[in-house]
Amino acid sequence: MLQFVARRILYMIPTLIIVSIISFIIIQLPPGDYLTTVVTNLRATGETVDEATLAAMEQRYGLNQPIYVQYWKWITGILLRGDFGQSFEWNQPVSALIWGRLGLTFTMSLATLLFTWAVAFPVGIFSAVRQYSIGDYIATFIGYVGLAVPDFLLALILMYVAFKVFNQSVGGLFSPDYVDAPWSWSKVWDLLKHLWVPVLIIGTGGTAGLIRVMRANLLDELHKPYVVTARAKGMTEARLILKYPVRVALNPFVSTVGWTLPILVSGSAVVSIVLALPTTGPLLLRALMSQDMYLAGSFIMLLSVLTVIGTFISDILLAWLDPRIRLTQ
Amino acid sequence: MLNDRKQVEREAGGPAVPNNSRSTEEARVLVASQWLLMWRKFRKHRLAMVGGTITIVVYLVVLFAEFLAPFPSNAFSSQHTYAPPQPLHLFDRTAEGLRFSPYVNGYSITINQAALKREFVVDKASKVPVRLFVHGTPYKLLGLFDADLHLIGPSVYDEDPTRIIIPMYLLGADRLGRDVLSRTIYGTRISMTLGLVGVALSFVIGLTLGGVSGFYGGWVDNTIQRVIELLRSIPTIPLWMGLAAALPSDWTPLQVFLGITILLSLIGWTGLARVVRGRFLALRTEDFILSARLDGNSTARTIRVHMIPAFASHIIASLTLAIPSMILSETALSFLGLGLRPPIVSWGVLLKEAQNIRAVATAPWLLLPGIAVIITVLALNFLGDGLRDAADPYGR
Repeated sequence: MLQFVARRILYMIPTLIIVSIISFIIIQLPPGDYLTTVVTNLRATGETVDEATLAAMEQRYGLNQPIYVQYWKWITGILLRGDFGQSFEWNQPVSALIWGRLGLTFTMSLATLLFTWAVAFPVGIFSAVRQYSIGDYIATFIGYVGLAVPDFLLALILMYVAFKVFNQSVGGLFSPDYVDAPWSWSKVWDLLKHLWVPVLIIGTGGTAGLIRVMRANLLDELHKPYVVTARAKGMTEARLILKYPVRVALNPFVSTVGWTLPILVSGSAVVSIVLALPTTGPLLLRALMSQDMYLAGSFIMLLSVLTVIGTFISDILLAWLDPRIRLTQ
Repeated sequence: MLNDRKQVEREAGGPAVPNNSRSTEEARVLVASQWLLMWRKFRKHRLAMVGGTITIVVYLVVLFAEFLAPFPSNAFSSQHTYAPPQPLHLFDRTAEGLRFSPYVNGYSITINQAALKREFVVDKASKVPVRLFVHGTPYKLLGLFDADLHLIGPSVYDEDPTRIIIPMYLLGADRLGRDVLSRTIYGTRISMTLGLVGVALSFVIGLTLGGVSGFYGGWVDNTIQRVIELLRSIPTIPLWMGLAAALPSDWTPLQVFLGITILLSLIGWTGLARVVRGRFLALRTEDFILSARLDGNSTARTIRVHMIPAFASHIIASLTLAIPSMILSETALSFLGLGLRPPIVSWGVLLKEAQNIRAVATAPWLLLPGIAVIITVLALNFLGDGLRDAADPYGR
């Protein structure tokens, strides 16, 4: 087991390095360098820029040095000092802006993951056990539709229905009273009351996929001889199914967590923009639009890094659950 | 091969099949080519047949968009901003009774002084005659032939192709008084083409890398698998957003289209590469591949003549299943304003009009292009699933 964990960590390191390089490339992509953008922005607001500040910034980001030196300065700044650079649009260090939003994004993704499981698990079992029943057809149909409807469209439709029918807005994650309030139990409760809407929207696609996986896996298992044996021995049907085939069918189920997380984080980016949630999505979009590149790049990097780590944790959990995985790899 | 034969015998000679029909049935299966077997199996999958039919219809819309759309995609009318849909009536009640004479009701427009916006009421009294196969704005059919015939349209067209004089908004109008139906039809062309081109590109990357990975194995395979894992562990939408935002704003629409397509396929090839690799790995150990190599075939020839035909059907199925995710990605990016940009009309660009709740509340019909997305993606998914099942004619 330790060997497995060590190997997975070794694999993860190049991934993380490449993710950081990609993010750095994204920061560098827009034409013109960072300093000119900052100067133009400061001038536009009527501020004067003195030479000393400019020189200090040039020094800080290594702007007149080759690109790999700039990357090195940027990445060591992050690793050693937690310095992600400056957001010129907000005139604040990037690190002051991102952590709260990242936290909410991952809370939301995790909640969606749990929701996806809570729904897909029983529905998948039902669909497989009662194959070709009306319930199976309905589940399959809803599953297909869930895969076909873009998340943002679902969000728009839900907003429209809430607005027309209930005359209520479903955007945001907090009631107005709690937006700027410090964290407390009542704020957490308020968050939970708002969280279900985005969770439902982001979760439909993933749930649909998992139902199909669960159904297919379980169908493969249900006709195996050991099931027949157990049934012949007089085991009750519910106990039989839950105790043996479901456990085997669950395996690929757990192993999909790895790629569900990136999809959920991806989906939440678009949905939060439509619903104007205080997560990473809207701020990332705005930063990209105004070419506030240190902010945008940091978001993309941290989202990716956290997803990679999440995938890593799920792999470790899976290996812990199923010894076959750590032996074959 | 031996296994296949046994399977066929078991299928054809099941206890339910009477003895005399057994031989003909068996013969039918044994002499059929692989593609014929696939077609027979595919035909039984009813949803896949429906999906296939819809897909063909959608691609016909792509080819004949100019003929099907009543108006050009950029034709506008400043009088009819956010005009609601006008239901099409096929029969008109005249003095002699019901007659086939399609029409739509006109609008009576009042200006709400308080809210400072136009309010439309469909006016039952006024009738706008609608004709089938009507002569309207000229266009080039398939980019080759001059034509001016439209499937449906108002009986009078204006000389200026960018103007809509006689309102006939079957699916309503957007904020510039452009026809949502016509724009959805033109959007079909861009979105579906992007899906095809994007899948073709990721197919080339996926086939090459997946094939190399599966055929050679070893460290090559290991490296490529790591790259695939890496790409799959990054959340795609934020990454695409970052890359798409960097496309220069002075690019022509065509350049933006190609740029977005390349971006989508640069990340989207991983799924296809996995399928190709899996098939290669499975086939590599088959007896007929071994005998082909022992016969002195070169590697390239073995792959081309013996391996590719054996998994072509699987690849086609995966390609079909890859198109919908391309379309959905493009729609999401364009919706955010980072993908295709006007004057290009794609489904995502159209849905961008409905980006905020105010627009949706005033004109819910702006969401209709979304229905086109859903139907097309569903159809392609059904088709792909059917093809995947049929790709394995001896399977259950």
